[in-house]
Amino acid sequence: MSIFVDKSTRVVYQGLTGSQGSFHGLRNRAYGTQVVAGTNPKKAGTDVEGVPIFATVADAVRETGANASCIFIPAPGVASAVMEAAQGGVEFIVVITEGVPAHDEARFFNVLKRDYPHVQLLGPNCPGVITPGECNIGITPGEIALAGGSVGIVSRSGTLTYQALHELTQLGIGQSTCVGIGGDPVPGTSFIDCLSRFQADPATEAVIMIGEIGGSAEEEAAEYIKTKMTKPVVTYIAGQTAPPGKKMGHAGAIISGGKGTAEAKISALRDAGCDVARNPTEIGGLMAERLRKG
Amino acid sequence: MLRLIGCTVDAGNSSAGYVGAGPHHDACSRQTTGFGSVRGVATSVRPAQGWLTAGAKATTPGAAVDLFEYQGKQLFARYGIPVSAGNVAVTVDEAVAAADAAGYPVVVKAQVQVGGRGKAGGIKLANDAAEVRLHAGNILGMDIKGHLVKRVWVENASDISEEYYASFTLDRGAKKYLGMLSAQGGVEIEQVGEEKPEAIARIHIDPAEGLSDAQVRGWVAAAKLNPIATEGAVDILKKLFTAYTEGDTDLAEINPLILTPDNRVHALDAKVTLDENAEFRHPEWAEYAATQEMDERERAAKEKGLNYIGLDGTVGIIGNGAGLVMSTLDIVTQVGGTAANFLDVGGGAGATLLANAIEVINNDPNVRAIFINIFGGITKCDEVANGIVEAMGRVELRSPMVVRLDGTNAVEGRAILAGHVSDTLIPAATMLEAAQRVVAIAGGM
Repeated sequence: MSIFVDKSTRVVYQGLTGSQGSFHGLRNRAYGTQVVAGTNPKKAGTDVEGVPIFATVADAVRETGANASCIFIPAPGVASAVMEAAQGGVEFIVVITEGVPAHDEARFFNVLKRDYPHVQLLGPNCPGVITPGECNIGITPGEIALAGGSVGIVSRSGTLTYQALHELTQLGIGQSTCVGIGGDPVPGTSFIDCLSRFQADPATEAVIMIGEIGGSAEEEAAEYIKTKMTKPVVTYIAGQTAPPGKKMGHAGAIISGGKGTAEAKISALRDAGCDVARNPTEIGGLMAERLRKG
Repeated sequence: MLRLIGCTVDAGNSSAGYVGAGPHHDACSRQTTGFGSVRGVATSVRPAQGWLTAGAKATTPGAAVDLFEYQGKQLFARYGIPVSAGNVAVTVDEAVAAADAAGYPVVVKAQVQVGGRGKAGGIKLANDAAEVRLHAGNILGMDIKGHLVKRVWVENASDISEEYYASFTLDRGAKKYLGMLSAQGGVEIEQVGEEKPEAIARIHIDPAEGLSDAQVRGWVAAAKLNPIATEGAVDILKKLFTAYTEGDTDLAEINPLILTPDNRVHALDAKVTLDENAEFRHPEWAEYAATQEMDERERAAKEKGLNYIGLDGTVGIIGNGAGLVMSTLDIVTQVGGTAANFLDVGGGAGATLLANAIEVINNDPNVRAIFINIFGGITKCDEVANGIVEAMGRVELRSPMVVRLDGTNAVEGRAILAGHVSDTLIPAATMLEAAQRVVAIAGGM
């Protein structure tokens, strides 16, 4: 078992004909993902190294049975690409693109919620999701993940997601599913969306959650962990030494008004019974210890 | 009735609550809060995206741009929101011309993005051209908390009966827009938010649905504005919502929104933060590029497409992804070092961008060692390695670089670097090892 994606996931890539789309789409295929289609209205009928290109997601769904989409479209086109995917009939949409306007995100998130409540959106501005050995959608380097394990990962930061995978794999600890939710103002999938699925997933025994300073998503997740989760959660919060008031790149990563500080988040997570790593390297060790204790 | 003035008064002119206090954004918000001027108002509310606070003048790619008051007012005017007649001036003569056109009395207001301009003497009432000449002469060139006043806004002074507060921003927790409206606007809005949160009427607006007329009317009624202000407030709030959404702003705020003795509702201040991600559909934003203030290191970095924030330490830091870079700062601090900067090359950085990043760090005289920490996903480590080699050929490096590469094409990247290893290029296997080595070179705190 796993969450969101597995062997049966069939993925259409919107933007497969572009340089990033083809590099990562083909890399996902090499990993073992069922990369069944790409879209580009001007190149319908052609193929990218054997992957057929369709004019629309609807065509791709009809012809290939795709049930998930991965979007590598430049930011100005993301809003319409997301709607095309939902209208086309896929149930899982992953947006890798960064730099999407906040108002676009707010609108398409809420339109999906209203008109396509069965559709799960991941991102924008995220690395994607990997169920090791089964399916990798997005830009996570698959070789750093280890199949057959029982640790779920959810992270707001792309590169730290890789770091966490890497730390676990180095210790021989495999992962059930690893989800990068991204740090944008309106993420399609939240920490809690993932935590609840990991809690329900029989293949997941423990969870790593990686947060950042700013906002209050980690505090909300801590409340959820405290009240709803029985599986152990190891956490790390990036930005513990960031000077207050400095915006550190991610739209979400800012400390302000005394809220969203690393201290506040760490304290809430400790209070919820989580182990809190001081740096990414400690994540693996703390998880190994948790798993040993059972 | 409160006599006057473009939302701010200097001492002796008005009732106690206003004397010597700036408008809200002088008093507080740019300095202290991530959420407009209403810190503490809504505990469920997240900071507006990318809000920049005191001292953090960096405007990063994909981040936010705070407009000056005059730019915000000009933007509001384009959406039909009533603002005072006025103009921006960079010289005393221009200020007088602006005052003549606006009609006396006028308020001369320093345009700086820092709190306390009223107290610093940056806002003055002028009854005639001679007074404009005097005040504009004093204010232009004034230093307000390290900010040089390059422009003044000169507008017709307003009579004020009542002061309200209105804003739109994103509630990140609810994933909806949040509108806030209060009958108790003005400089004390933060205090109102903390002490009497019920005095601020809030509504959530579904971004998929927009703001309906009925919703606005219900909201205005809930805020208990003077009934005579209802129609004017409804009209302005609808226009402000359009400015907020179509204008691609992270924050659109009016404080104070005033009711005049002749029963007009009117925006007396403007605070607008733009979402820079939407720049592609706003060619009109080009004019703001010239007025954004940032330090030279940050400007140089921005021009090269880098997300850079200057700090005070000795370890120059380059990484990919905000989370990894923040965590690099953390680990450098934990092993006893200090970071000279935050520099995120972002996703998919190629060789030239990497070389540019090294050049920017190399120009910082405080830097004694450089830590390049890359975990490739969309970024490819071989391109990073090529960038490092390119920089070594192009730039006279003053400090050694410790490099850690993992992830996409890491094997290829390490192989490229292997041919160049020296005292100035030191590969490290892990993030922790790299941090220890770089701090050993740069020296501790």
